[in-house]
Amino acid sequence: MTNGTRVHAEHFESLEQQAHAAHLGMWLFLASEALLFSGLFALYTLARLEHPAGFHVGLQHAEKTIGSINTLILLTSSYSVASAVLALRAGKRSATLTLLAVTIALGLGFMGLKFFEYARHFAEGIRPGGQGSFFAEFPVPGVAPFWTLYYVMTGLHVLHVAAGLSVLGWMSWKVARRTILPPYDHPLALAAMLWHLVDIVWIFLWPLFYLTERV
Amino acid sequence: MATTADLAQPLPEPRRAARGRSYLSDEVTIVSWLTTTDHKRIGVMFFVATTLAFALGGFFAMLLRLEHLTPGPTLVDAMTYNRMFTLHGVIMVFLFLVPSIPTAFGNFVLPMMIGAKDVAFPRLNLASFYVYLTGATLVLYSMFANGLDTGWTFYTPYSAQSPSAVVPAVTGVFIVGMSSILTGLNFIVTVHTLRSRGLGWLKLPLFVWAIYATSIIQVLATPVLGMSLALVGLDHALDLGIFDPARGGDPVLFQHLFWFYSHPAVYIMILPSMGVISELVCTYSRKNPKSYKAIAYSSLGIAAVGFLTWGHHLFVAGISVFDAGAFGILSMLVGIFSAIKVFTWIGTMRRGSIVLSTPMVYVCTFLFLFVFGGMTGIAFATTSLDVHWHDTYFVVAHFHFIMVGGALAGWLGALHYWWPKITGRLYSERWGLLASALVFAGFVTTFFPQFLLGNAGMPRRYFEYPAKFQVLHVMSTLGATILAAGLLITLIYLLASLFSKERAGNNPWRSAGFEWRTSSPPPKHNFTALLDVSRGAYDYTELPAEEEAADP
Repeated sequence: MTNGTRVHAEHFESLEQQAHAAHLGMWLFLASEALLFSGLFALYTLARLEHPAGFHVGLQHAEKTIGSINTLILLTSSYSVASAVLALRAGKRSATLTLLAVTIALGLGFMGLKFFEYARHFAEGIRPGGQGSFFAEFPVPGVAPFWTLYYVMTGLHVLHVAAGLSVLGWMSWKVARRTILPPYDHPLALAAMLWHLVDIVWIFLWPLFYLTERV
Repeated sequence: MATTADLAQPLPEPRRAARGRSYLSDEVTIVSWLTTTDHKRIGVMFFVATTLAFALGGFFAMLLRLEHLTPGPTLVDAMTYNRMFTLHGVIMVFLFLVPSIPTAFGNFVLPMMIGAKDVAFPRLNLASFYVYLTGATLVLYSMFANGLDTGWTFYTPYSAQSPSAVVPAVTGVFIVGMSSILTGLNFIVTVHTLRSRGLGWLKLPLFVWAIYATSIIQVLATPVLGMSLALVGLDHALDLGIFDPARGGDPVLFQHLFWFYSHPAVYIMILPSMGVISELVCTYSRKNPKSYKAIAYSSLGIAAVGFLTWGHHLFVAGISVFDAGAFGILSMLVGIFSAIKVFTWIGTMRRGSIVLSTPMVYVCTFLFLFVFGGMTGIAFATTSLDVHWHDTYFVVAHFHFIMVGGALAGWLGALHYWWPKITGRLYSERWGLLASALVFAGFVTTFFPQFLLGNAGMPRRYFEYPAKFQVLHVMSTLGATILAAGLLITLIYLLASLFSKERAGNNPWRSAGFEWRTSSPPPKHNFTALLDVSRGAYDYTELPAEEEAADP
């Protein structure tokens, strides 16, 4: 054990109990996050059932390549953050830091591509709320809701990416300062869970906004 | 039979002097309060904040009632009236009723009831308080910045176009919702991980079960409300047309999303109150509950079924006959769980040694208002009657009886019951009884005429009304005045008790509850010895002593 002085918070009986509580808290938080997105998925489902033609037009203009590269990026980052947790548990501090840096770099790459994608859509005349020249060009009902939902849902997701990156940055700092070290290693595992949520939400956004053109 | 006079005896001198340091006397600076992670102090701060919100919401309610003294304009113009009923609703629901019992009394007594030193995440608990304050400030800001006239339900498409301050208001409610999620999450984890040794789930005090069930709803339903209101805010700010039918949106979908939270929110308001009633009934009947499991599991039953009843708010909004029937039947199921509770409480009182003190009067108030309001609720769940009563004063009276009356009676009962625990002081029982009688009489006089008004066709939220309704409106206003007087008297004698030299004993009500097995007010870490749970929280085979405390 590299850090023998780290004790559990005084209202807990042991570090195991504290870690158990923290994990349960994170699972509950993730459940509430899932429900935060659920309202939007309900909106998407209804809008798509009502306007299949408009959604078809919208999907034809989706940036499929960028979206798919971003999927690859996020999946890889989930792998690297999970490896960081394992490395920390094995006591490999520098490997942990490297893996966290890789994760953060991938997350930043995702955000960069995402904003590039937004910029391209804006240039095409696609703005939220059915505003822009694109909607005059394709006056199909449902095109506007598709793009509004696209901006709202991927926008909320990008906010979560940014929040997740901040948490991972903070964790890296703590690992670097040796305030997070085994056996006190659960904070990083919790941060990784948060990052996986970002990943899982994207796994649903990817088909809904890029892939299901022919369905 | 014990009388209230016996219970309120002051302690003899020597025992008072032997009192140790409490959570109140440990550190007394303002900074020590504002930065505290002690669940008891956070509970007290939440109590002060939510009570101020209650006072403000009550002030608007009084203005509304005074406005209705005459059929035409009385005090204010129609636009101001719209803003006042909106803010009355928003403040009462989101800033008072939802957080009141869990954040104040839940925070204060829940950890003690499970023998813990604190909640699982003390810093998150403090953060939740400041998040609440931030949200409340934004809601109050909207009050000054052009007001809010959408009604507390924020129905689209009007809320997306209203010229009033919709964006700060919905942002404020969103943030208050985050506070609610954090508090609920904290309580769930606390109950799972910090129970004292030997304290199994079926030994937990019933208040803990109620708060646990409430917390589940808070964690799972609040985000959906947050999202729907965020969409209304985005729509208002950026003109997105998400719920605008002219642009492919669906305004009824907003109602679905809104009520997916806001119907379970009714149970967020009433379940903690039911938990309080379960505690009070046992303490003041000197008996164990008629059926512990019936009360505990019916809380979970209400929480579960409560998620499947939202559609009954949409019977006239264009849902199919099948959906309406299904939602009607599911809504009636809640009545079964509620009835289980009511009968179990009454069964608990039967053959008990009943002490009719102030909190017990509030138990009776709760039972009357809840059963009366509940019966009208069952009637409402039948679609044919709902169509007649929809958007009338009948609805207003119904939900004020069951939800507001129930939550308020529980809140006032909890306040009186735990007042000696929190402050170490006893209030004047005589004034307490008088005020509780006024609150009951005032409440019934306010809202009973509204049932009649609604049934006769008086729509809710209308500024003016036909002259034939004036008598009932004046009666309602008279009742509101009596209610306000009762609440004002309560405030005065409770504050006065803080300055009295008399100390309450550690256990003035001679309750068997776990939270009474430490000194009153409790020490910083709640207990100085491990909580002994071998004697149950409702074990009245021997009447606990007034000065009982595990602490040496």
